[in-house]
Amino acid sequence: MSAAPGRPQPYGAMAPDVESFAFTPENLEEAKKILARYPAGRQASAVLPLLHLAQAQHGGWLPKAALDYVAEFLGMAKIRVYEVASFYDMFNTEPVGRVQVRVCTTTPCWLCGSDAVLRAAREVLGCEPGESSPDGRFFLREFECLGACANAPVLWIDDDFYEDLTYERAKAVLESVVRGERPTPGPQSGRKGSMPAGGKTTLLEVGE
Amino acid sequence: MLHDRDRIFTNLYGERPWNLEAARRRGDWDGTKDLILKGRDWLIKEMKDSGLRGRGGAGFPTGLKWSFMPKQADGPVYLVVNADESEPGTCKDREIIRNEPHKLIEGCLLAGAAMGCTAGYIYIRGEFVREAQILQAAIDEAYEAGLIGKNACGSGYDFELYLHRGAGAYICGEETGLLESLEGKKGQPRLKPPFPAAVGLYGRPTTVNNVETIAVAPTIFRRGAAWFAGLGRPNNTGTKIFCISGHVNHPCTVEEEMGIPLRTLLEKHAGGVRGGWDNLLAVIPGGSSVPLIPKEICDTVRMDFDSLREVHSGLGTAGVIVMDRSTDIVKAIARLSKFYMHESCGQCTPCREGTGWLWRMMERLARGEAEPAEIDQLLDVTKEIEGHTICALGDAAAWPVQGLIRHFRGELERRIRERKLVTKRAA
Amino acid sequence: MPKLTIDGELVEVPPGSTVLQACEAAGREIPVFCYHPRLNIAGNCRMCLVEVEKMPKPQASCALPAADGMVVRTNSPLVHKARKGVLELLLINHPLDCPICDQGGECDLQDLTLFYGPDKSRFKENKRPVADKYLGPLISTHMTRCIHCTRCIRFLNEIAGVEELGAVHRGEHMEITTWVEAALSSELQGNIIDLCPVGALNSKPYEYRARTWELKKTESVDVLDAVGASIRIDSRGNEVMRILPRLHEEVNEEWLADKSRFAYDGLKKRRLDVPMLRKAGKLEPVDWKTVLAAVAERVRATDPNRIAFLIGDQVDCETMVLVKELAERLGTPHVECRQDGSPLGTRPRAQYRFNTTIAGIEQADVCLLVGTNPRFEAPLVNARIRKRWRRGGFTVGRIGVPFDLTYPVQDLGAGPPTLEEVAHGWHSFAEKLAAAERPMLILGTGALARPDGAAILSLAHRLAESVRLVREGWNGFNVLHTAAARVGGLELGLVPGPGGRDLAGILDGIERGEIELVFSIGVEEIDPKRLEKAFVVHLGTHGDRTAPIASAILPGAAYTEKNATWVNLEGRPQRGRLAVFPPGEAKEDWRILRALSEAIGRTVPLDTLAQVRMRMAELAPQLGEIDRIRPAEWGSFGRAGPVDPAPFTSPIRDYWRTCPISRASSVMAECSALAAARAREATGTHG
Repeated sequence: MSAAPGRPQPYGAMAPDVESFAFTPENLEEAKKILARYPAGRQASAVLPLLHLAQAQHGGWLPKAALDYVAEFLGMAKIRVYEVASFYDMFNTEPVGRVQVRVCTTTPCWLCGSDAVLRAAREVLGCEPGESSPDGRFFLREFECLGACANAPVLWIDDDFYEDLTYERAKAVLESVVRGERPTPGPQSGRKGSMPAGGKTTLLEVGE
Repeated sequence: MLHDRDRIFTNLYGERPWNLEAARRRGDWDGTKDLILKGRDWLIKEMKDSGLRGRGGAGFPTGLKWSFMPKQADGPVYLVVNADESEPGTCKDREIIRNEPHKLIEGCLLAGAAMGCTAGYIYIRGEFVREAQILQAAIDEAYEAGLIGKNACGSGYDFELYLHRGAGAYICGEETGLLESLEGKKGQPRLKPPFPAAVGLYGRPTTVNNVETIAVAPTIFRRGAAWFAGLGRPNNTGTKIFCISGHVNHPCTVEEEMGIPLRTLLEKHAGGVRGGWDNLLAVIPGGSSVPLIPKEICDTVRMDFDSLREVHSGLGTAGVIVMDRSTDIVKAIARLSKFYMHESCGQCTPCREGTGWLWRMMERLARGEAEPAEIDQLLDVTKEIEGHTICALGDAAAWPVQGLIRHFRGELERRIRERKLVTKRAA
Repeated sequence: MPKLTIDGELVEVPPGSTVLQACEAAGREIPVFCYHPRLNIAGNCRMCLVEVEKMPKPQASCALPAADGMVVRTNSPLVHKARKGVLELLLINHPLDCPICDQGGECDLQDLTLFYGPDKSRFKENKRPVADKYLGPLISTHMTRCIHCTRCIRFLNEIAGVEELGAVHRGEHMEITTWVEAALSSELQGNIIDLCPVGALNSKPYEYRARTWELKKTESVDVLDAVGASIRIDSRGNEVMRILPRLHEEVNEEWLADKSRFAYDGLKKRRLDVPMLRKAGKLEPVDWKTVLAAVAERVRATDPNRIAFLIGDQVDCETMVLVKELAERLGTPHVECRQDGSPLGTRPRAQYRFNTTIAGIEQADVCLLVGTNPRFEAPLVNARIRKRWRRGGFTVGRIGVPFDLTYPVQDLGAGPPTLEEVAHGWHSFAEKLAAAERPMLILGTGALARPDGAAILSLAHRLAESVRLVREGWNGFNVLHTAAARVGGLELGLVPGPGGRDLAGILDGIERGEIELVFSIGVEEIDPKRLEKAFVVHLGTHGDRTAPIASAILPGAAYTEKNATWVNLEGRPQRGRLAVFPPGEAKEDWRILRALSEAIGRTVPLDTLAQVRMRMAELAPQLGEIDRIRPAEWGSFGRAGPVDPAPFTSPIRDYWRTCPISRASSVMAECSALAAARAREATGTHG
């Protein structure tokens, strides 16, 4: 089930819980740039981008200190930031592995074999969905539709989608990630984007 | 059948670069200034005449929606583009964003000009990390080239455009949930009225449009409303990107003419149903929120708003989910029920409480662990949710289950019977 | 004015009304959970669905603007089906623990289910468990019962102005919480218990103590501050079980401050329940006859000019009538009701009243706070100011020490020099006040109860005149009292007569041996060291500050134990009613003084409550008109003089412990400790 993450075991390479949090100078610059996108007095709009930034900085999850920091940064009541952090699926508010591995299991992916992808992930990472891997490096989740259904089933690792998977292809991708490599994202079947695998049926006469 | 010359998205598969230079070669940003200078009334009339209906699922006439915006407004007026593509079975906006971002950006500018918007926000789902990077780069290019921003395209019209990333919540695809999220809150849909055209983003007049709706606009303006209206069928005009997933030989996205027969769509572009047409069980024709249709309907139905409405389904986002006869149809729909339970924002009673109940009953029905009367009870619960919620998620959760009961009641009853036999034998 | 047809009946409603209001105007009852007329519309419970012609779906009537020509049905099969459906869905995850739920018997969910709900459950799945939350010592939670109406969140955000509650997670996992297990900090938090339509939020001190139907309900008024909120005292046997607010639009609306709601356990602790006399340096219990005789003898032996009467903060008007009569008969002019030492006189009355009235705050457009922290001194007055601020077009300035009042405040300065600037028109805020249509000044007793108080009062008067706080139909001059007895005392004229000593004079007199006998009528806020040289006769309720130095103790009745009159800060006379009897041998205060007068041999001839009240109306006719404010005359007051530049401070540092009752309350002690810890954390002085 891809609901709120379960209670992962806090060891390994997980980012620790911290008493205080502050943006790095680079992220502070970025945060200021983000703020400039919204009208004066509407800085609360930046809460999602800033939480993304904080989560990336803190190794994949948001300690309470980071939420309080963002609240302070934006002049929001803390509870409003907690609400937001708990509402959106992409934020983790408990310690989890740094590398986020999400298997889409919604119907279109399920029809195309997401069960096998999930099995591959369990085997390679050694943990159940909602848990972090025993070495603490990976956090495995089931995720709802990722919006790449014509390339189902899909695996989403950190920022990249791996598509057109089978059990073997998923396993190969994950094993390579475990080795510390970054395999080429996109369709693992070799096709271009969401073009029909049998060759394109349209845009034949379109030239450069 | 649509000719390539009538296709809008010529780089749908990303065969060529997405960047400005390549986009210009494809015809984007051609004469944009002149289009802006034709003025608001022309742009809105042209949009109305094209017959374009919103591509985000509801199919509301775009020109009419644009015309709701106040003619005069002191202060900011917003265009918000819904790029929170999350409807299961739908993956068209992703292709536009990563392969044709300039069509979207130019569309934003023209839509903005048509409605007198001072700024636009594109709300992209958080999961599309790479797509957001490309879109941001394309926006930066457009700014640099003077196409948007102050005196956009030299037209004298000022239009700022920003990208905003979501963080994983289907409900933010609901237009007012999106606005709440964009304001830095939980994506809980607002009560309507007031509608966004009156009170939208930051309390200002706002129009929310889908990516595809906006991205087709420049081509419509350039080639003319009559061209677009000449494609498809009356009240269902133009071209449409279809996303075909599930049990077809070649899943794909493809731009086709509205009203194309479903069977033609699948056989011509997606390599046909796995195991042949006769192996087809059912199709969800418009993304997970619309009721499924069984093979007998698929044989003849056309893919447009009105045709699918007639068969108690809908075109929705045109996310076509194909299921062949090997499919556990009850489990497939139960998985959608789980999706809606997970994505319910929790705000209003029927959806918060009802979606979980539906899923749990569906799971039992998938195993046959139920009494025959519970099929009607399930239907009754869908009716307690449908039409009683703040936003359409409640309806979206109810309809797939209603579709299943409408067309596969026999299958549900069979499972219950068989389960009873098994338990009786075991006893 | 839109005209609608509701169930065939034509009604006309004011523009801006909702369909729900229109239905109510037509006499239709629309069931609701999330809707509350004083909170923003959430529209989330979906209980109020009605059928509106030409609309395809049933509509949430609470959120739908009433439009001309609408045809609404509240009683159709569609509506009944919708209501039943919503109730079924609310109940599927609601525990059926009504028999042990505190809300049982006064539960909206229970009531509406009875009328509209399904009679049996079709839900075969497991119910959703939800962990209870810690919200502090006042509110207990049973979150499985929560129906997510968000009234509690909205109340704290909107009315209390303290954003501490939220709904985290989503879908069926949505939970109301503070997230970090932190106690709520608002002084109005108890109201969310009343707002909760189910038994999710309960009063922690009351929990599992009683069932609603076994309680005797007595309508009364609160005396823990000077607001005079309308309350209902729920008692069982001779025990106060809980205190709830009663609706009074002009005073407390339907809210109650937490001290007034939760301090009642202090009524059962440290009570003086037997007369006592000091013998050989030790207080010993005696009977009434003995104590009265001993006191009478002492009085007779003392020169009347060496006897003083001091009146405490919670004394009722009936008792004060007896004090006045007795002092007169004894011939002592040293009578003082201004326990805090403020220089307020009795004429003109406008100098000591909250003339704008509490409801009148809503008409104001500029407000200047001087030496007051209304959030602690009168939380409900503060809530009104915040209510006014939320409507927009309202500026609040402050002269005094900065404190978060839950709305933005422009700080002008800390003390009298700034007040002088404004009063003389040298400060820009003076222009703001003068230019305002309805300006108001709120003068705290912290600005008055200081040696230069008379000069401050004079400055305030000057300010009032210079910016015209008093205009046709508007009086913007206000004193914010903290003591329930004070305005009543001033109305009855319990201030030193000719040749009489005021508070400072009395205290100095005690030091110098010129005052030998002091009647402490509920006096608890004066340093007992300043009293101890005198023979102190203490008429009080608690073994608080004065009892330890008293020579004789006359155990009196607390506010829940007598039928009595109090005048709130606006000058509104209100009646409190006896809910339980005084403990032990304690008696109603006026009767004690009546008996004492007889023992002394100077009998006050008022034998019944009715006679006392008749006399009260003779002394102060305005007190005879219950719940009516007779507008006060304006005039000159204060005494010009030099001022001390020291900053104004509020008389209340610790909101939770301000009187004998709240100091005896262990619930208040817990709140006080929490607040202190929070303050330490905020200033970073811990660890």
